[in-house]
Amino acid sequence: MATVEELKLRVRELENELIKCKQKQNAMEDAHNQALNRPKIDKMSAEVVDSNPYSRLMALKRMGIVEDYEKIRTFSVAVVGVGGVGSVTAEMLTRCGIGKLMLFDYDKVELANMNRLFFQPHQAGLSKVEAAEHTLRNINPDVAFETHNYNITTLENFTHFMDRISRGGLEDGMPVDLVLSCVDNFEARMAINTACNELGQIWMESGVSENAVSGHIQLIVPGETACFACAPPLVVAANIDEKTLKREGVCAASLPTTMGVVAGLLVQNVLKYLLRFGTVSYYLGYNAMQDFFPAMTMKANPQCNDRHCRRQQEEYKKKEATQPKVEVVQEEEEVVHEDNEWGIQLVSEVSDSELQAATGARPDLPEGITVAYTIPAQDAAAGDTVEETEQSLEDLMAQMRKL
Amino acid sequence: MADDATRRTVSNIPLLKTHAGPRDRALWPQRLKEEYQALIRFVEQNKAADNDWFRLESNADGTRWSGTCWFVHELLRYEFRVEFDIPVTYPDTAPEVAVPELDGKTAKMFRGGKICLTEHFAPLWARNVPRFGLAHLMALGLAPWLAVEIPDLISKGLVIHKERNSG
Repeated sequence: MATVEELKLRVRELENELIKCKQKQNAMEDAHNQALNRPKIDKMSAEVVDSNPYSRLMALKRMGIVEDYEKIRTFSVAVVGVGGVGSVTAEMLTRCGIGKLMLFDYDKVELANMNRLFFQPHQAGLSKVEAAEHTLRNINPDVAFETHNYNITTLENFTHFMDRISRGGLEDGMPVDLVLSCVDNFEARMAINTACNELGQIWMESGVSENAVSGHIQLIVPGETACFACAPPLVVAANIDEKTLKREGVCAASLPTTMGVVAGLLVQNVLKYLLRFGTVSYYLGYNAMQDFFPAMTMKANPQCNDRHCRRQQEEYKKKEATQPKVEVVQEEEEVVHEDNEWGIQLVSEVSDSELQAATGARPDLPEGITVAYTIPAQDAAAGDTVEETEQSLEDLMAQMRKL
Repeated sequence: MADDATRRTVSNIPLLKTHAGPRDRALWPQRLKEEYQALIRFVEQNKAADNDWFRLESNADGTRWSGTCWFVHELLRYEFRVEFDIPVTYPDTAPEVAVPELDGKTAKMFRGGKICLTEHFAPLWARNVPRFGLAHLMALGLAPWLAVEIPDLISKGLVIHKERNSG
């Protein structure tokens, strides 16, 4: 019988052999990829031949849809969240020949993601940004990639995130042209919102509901349109009775269809915005149950909680004031009764302010869009607050530890 | 969302005053002091009510928290590690509490063991910014989650009592 030492030695031998095999396989794969991959293309050509990956895109010019398609190579876009929506978004932009893509995600590919598009089972265990870069580079080597595998909501990463979107454009030191939020949670959206308000960075929000049957995209121009903190989160009403919606034992459902549709709407808006064609949507909802697409524009809220949003609003106002305004003023005729001897007025029994205090202000929204919740006016005397204390933070920390 | 007992417990936790997150260098230490004050009061209350169920502590700048929580089921005590980061957007958004050792054992969890808080928790938190703090997060976020999930995990055999396991 073999001793433990002998077995250990044998394990090491086998391990080394495995490493050699892996190296050989990698070298073969690389050679194979080299043979398959096309070389980089310096200038987009409109020539219609089988070998030109841009011929059908450049045809947009000939058809008069887009004036200058080649301009797409001068833009850089940051995609935050490379999941069901973000990965498809990144693939579409890659195939369109975007200049630079910056990808942020802290997650790994899992088999549970396979109901969505883009990632493949053999990528399970790899970081999403790494796996995505590999696939995307194969599809289009002309695109420049930069990936960051971290959670943007923590203090250190957030600082780095701000630095990259403000200085990581195609030309080093310049900001990216657009930030796309493809994340799946409120915290990350708020973090992107905070960063973009501070930097004055234009961005687009996207989202799919937890029940997978509605979604939305939104263009946010800091100071001009409502930021993500200007109102409680908007929801596309799916017209499902909350009582019949079962939440037992699950957090979120997802469909490749809804995510694909939302990614498509998002990238369509990105292309229209960057290449200046068609009408750019400020907010577009998608209700998959009724196939209804509510659209709207929402102005920034002067009472927004985010002070940088308020600062951007001031700056926007100043900018607007310097521009000459052409506005058609529609005069509304006031109804005046000839005589009102007794001074009669109509007065509501409940004042508007009383109503609002109970439920919170509801922004004026078109049919099909609502807010996730309302926030009632602050009630100052709601309960005991912490008392002033002489104790230092260190004292308090020590006290907590002793409990 | 919460039953009367929870409501009473929560109403006894002092509310916080300072609206500041970890990026606000001037005011964050003050907010942190308030967090500790509220947490200390909450733990003392729990002890007095014979319902002591968690401990938390933070790193020096108060951005990373960890500790333990425990849950008594059929006279056996089950203990779990708890951890979370304070997001840059705190207190506008609540931290995502994680119980890493339960990762993959329940569907009511996101990757990394972050617990899935109900639809009702986000509005509740949003309506109480900046007055709610970490003590409220424990009482209204983690406690109800443990109360629903742990008995279920025990009954499915996915959580096994440590002594019973080794013995």
